Amino acid sequence: MSSHGIRDRVAIVGMGCTPFGEHWTRSADDLLVDAVGDAVTSAGVTLDDIDAFWFGTQASGVSGLTLSRALRLPCKPVTRVENMCATGSEALRNACYAVASGAYDVAMAVGVEKLKDSGMSGLSGTAIPGAGDDSRGEITAPANFSLLAPAYAAKYGLSDEEMKDVITRIAWKNHVNGARNPRAQFRKEVPLERIRSAPIIAGMLGVFDCSGVSDGSAAAIVVRAEDAYKYTDKPVFVKALSFVAGPADGLLDPQYDFTTFPEVVASAQEAYRQAGITDPRAELALAEVHDCFTPTELVLMEDLGFAERGQAWKDVSSGAFDLDGSLPVNPDGGLKAFGHPIGASGLRMMFEAWLQLRGEAPPERTVKSVAEGRSLALTHNLGGGPGECVSFVSVVGSELTD
Amino acid sequence: MPGLIAYGAHVPYHRLARADVAATLGTPPGRGTRAVAGYDEDTTSMAVEAARAALTRDGLRSRVGQLFLATAAPAYLDKTNATAVHAALRLDEHVLAVDMAGSVRSGLGALVTAARSAVPTLAVLSDLRTGLPGGNDEIAGGDGAAAFVFGGHRNGAPVIAELLAHDTVSDEILERWRLPGARTSRVWEERFAEDIYVSLADKALSAALDQAGLDRAAIDHLVVSGLHARACTAVRRAAGARPEAVTPDLTATIGNAGTAQPGLLLADVLDRAAPGETIALVVLGDGAGVLLLRTTDALPAHRAARPVAAQIAAGSAPMPYATYLTWRGLLDREPPRRPDPEPPYAPPAHRRTAWKYGFVAARCEKCGTRQLPPDRVCASCRSVDAMTDEPMEQVRGTVATFTVDRLAHTPSPPMLVVVVDYDGGGRFRCQLTDATEADAVIGARVEMTFRRTVTAAGVHNYFWKARPVRPAENVEGGETAV
Repeated sequence: MSSHGIRDRVAIVGMGCTPFGEHWTRSADDLLVDAVGDAVTSAGVTLDDIDAFWFGTQASGVSGLTLSRALRLPCKPVTRVENMCATGSEALRNACYAVASGAYDVAMAVGVEKLKDSGMSGLSGTAIPGAGDDSRGEITAPANFSLLAPAYAAKYGLSDEEMKDVITRIAWKNHVNGARNPRAQFRKEVPLERIRSAPIIAGMLGVFDCSGVSDGSAAAIVVRAEDAYKYTDKPVFVKALSFVAGPADGLLDPQYDFTTFPEVVASAQEAYRQAGITDPRAELALAEVHDCFTPTELVLMEDLGFAERGQAWKDVSSGAFDLDGSLPVNPDGGLKAFGHPIGASGLRMMFEAWLQLRGEAPPERTVKSVAEGRSLALTHNLGGGPGECVSFVSVVGSELTD
Repeated sequence: MPGLIAYGAHVPYHRLARADVAATLGTPPGRGTRAVAGYDEDTTSMAVEAARAALTRDGLRSRVGQLFLATAAPAYLDKTNATAVHAALRLDEHVLAVDMAGSVRSGLGALVTAARSAVPTLAVLSDLRTGLPGGNDEIAGGDGAAAFVFGGHRNGAPVIAELLAHDTVSDEILERWRLPGARTSRVWEERFAEDIYVSLADKALSAALDQAGLDRAAIDHLVVSGLHARACTAVRRAAGARPEAVTPDLTATIGNAGTAQPGLLLADVLDRAAPGETIALVVLGDGAGVLLLRTTDALPAHRAARPVAAQIAAGSAPMPYATYLTWRGLLDREPPRRPDPEPPYAPPAHRRTAWKYGFVAARCEKCGTRQLPPDRVCASCRSVDAMTDEPMEQVRGTVATFTVDRLAHTPSPPMLVVVVDYDGGGRFRCQLTDATEADAVIGARVEMTFRRTVTAAGVHNYFWKARPVRPAENVEGGETAV
């Protein structure tokens, strides 16, 4: 058995993404109608041209009917997928494989989530009986990811204050980027001291260390690579799609030290193999990563191979991942500032790669690396938490490999 | 020889200062503290903790033939609460487990019934006393549990205190009462019952001493327990025991735990009594009951792992009165903007009783890896269905990482969460209780405790939490498996 990848066999030829935020006056249906409409316009097609749909939402609907009803699709195949916070990426992955297989000429991936209608603070999740004995107890998402901070600080010898400085800088950077993004939920830069002194939510994490709870939708249209230029002058080719669900043994195994996501390491290595990347920090033009909470982004820098083990905190501090750094990370503001409507986030990340690689990002946040000749972007999307998670890594590029 | 073969007590960690009640409500100042069950404790969970403390000796659990849970504050009506204790203790399924619930006197009932039983019997006395804010029952009350195993005549377990005699007198007397569903009890004017109780106690004590062929001067420890404080004081004075034999009650530090009070006082005496001493336990309430015990040479080697005095000494700094009122449901606080907690589902909870109540994990027969919770596939070598039971309740661990969750739904925010690596292998993430944020640090030593995690949709969810190992109580339990 082996994984073959589909490098350069499919391309994204149209995308749409709504602004993320508090859409009090709009429903999930409204949002996905907007994202889908923008995507078909972008590709110069109509919905009748789409052969099949992969629809991702965690909790804002069930079954393909959630999409087909909203769009009044005339008896098309619609598959609903769910993989926690990686749901949007999972929809895209399935759409890409469907086209690569030859089963369909044109597929669409759509993600949507409506979180703000619940009235809850943070992610409220869904009622899943699970083991049903209820022995795990509730732990909120910020608390779950905050487990990383003391473990990382202890392992690499950072004081609590140093650790707080590092994660504060990650939040600050993503707010700087989000402030330059008209679609972002939070569009203001936030001073370091305000981030640092914000009310604490869990562990070391203050409110500014947490991603935005928001509503939104994003969509992508996928075709065979050889057909791509029929739709657009600037297709984005899929180089790698890698997804893993971990064995979920980190909360069972004392060997796991809460300073890494082994699932991310595995999915990144597989993606780099598919894409032929050997030095991601040097080869990628940008990365959109799953900064659900600031310590997550710190650990991801190491898991994705952007920094040496135990060194990411230094690279963060020196600005290596800033908009003007050597590898811009989350130039659109990330989950932190762009917002995190679960089912849409993976596709939102791809939307930023789409804009940047096509040179369509607003000038004030355009990464220099593309103009300097880099043509690859990475998106990383995970669901779950430290010790048990699913991880998705894609690499896309604006050029076909010779 | 019939008699007591084991005992143990549970004094909750938390304390309420009576002065804080007075300061808050503007009532006359009170002195001392009372014990307060944690927000995650009820009479069932406290009963489990007391019974665990009693059953640390190897092989004792397998000897227990029946279990009585006595409480005036049952966690459930209709449904048996003793079966949760039975499950948490991992007793054999043929062990009778029933409640003696409703009246404070059921504590005496459980003790006497256990003492009289032909099979080794575990009597657990557990109570949680509540009164209206500022009232005497709130201020003088206390929470706690105590457990006693009587037996020894059939199976050769060492008897630590022989049962010399017992007697009870019953009297229908409207002295303290509570309608079902009422939060607090009512009492008649105190002086009415005082003389009656003195007379009842005298009858029971005389009868028991006559049976044993002893006179009152032979009593080395006179323990008088009851919710009628004036009567208890009068009985202590009128009982005719030597003055130095009269033991103080513990109400100054932990209050009066009602149903459990005779148990806590008896356990405290057993913690320090010398061999060959005579204990007279007098219990007042709707009559009087007396148990006469004589300690044996086996007592010093078989005292409870956690002395009552040590648990009192290890208590927390006094909690704010507002916190106490919140925990007791007397102050309705704004909930977090989070989904309501889910109740446990009956079928999976039943399928997983050994895990959920007994904290029984698994060990892989192929690679030896310990796994919590137990699953069919080994997390290390992926062997399927090659697991053996691994009881974990006595195993201590070390905190690998932690967090303080200020958003989570808990009756006592913030929720402390720790990832525990157990001595001998295995890891589990759970709540940390009886603790402050300062206790949640990497490297902290913790032990497991049985708690009510939440009550949702009218269902109590029981499960295990970690708690800090405290120096004053740092006694290793002996039993690791049954």
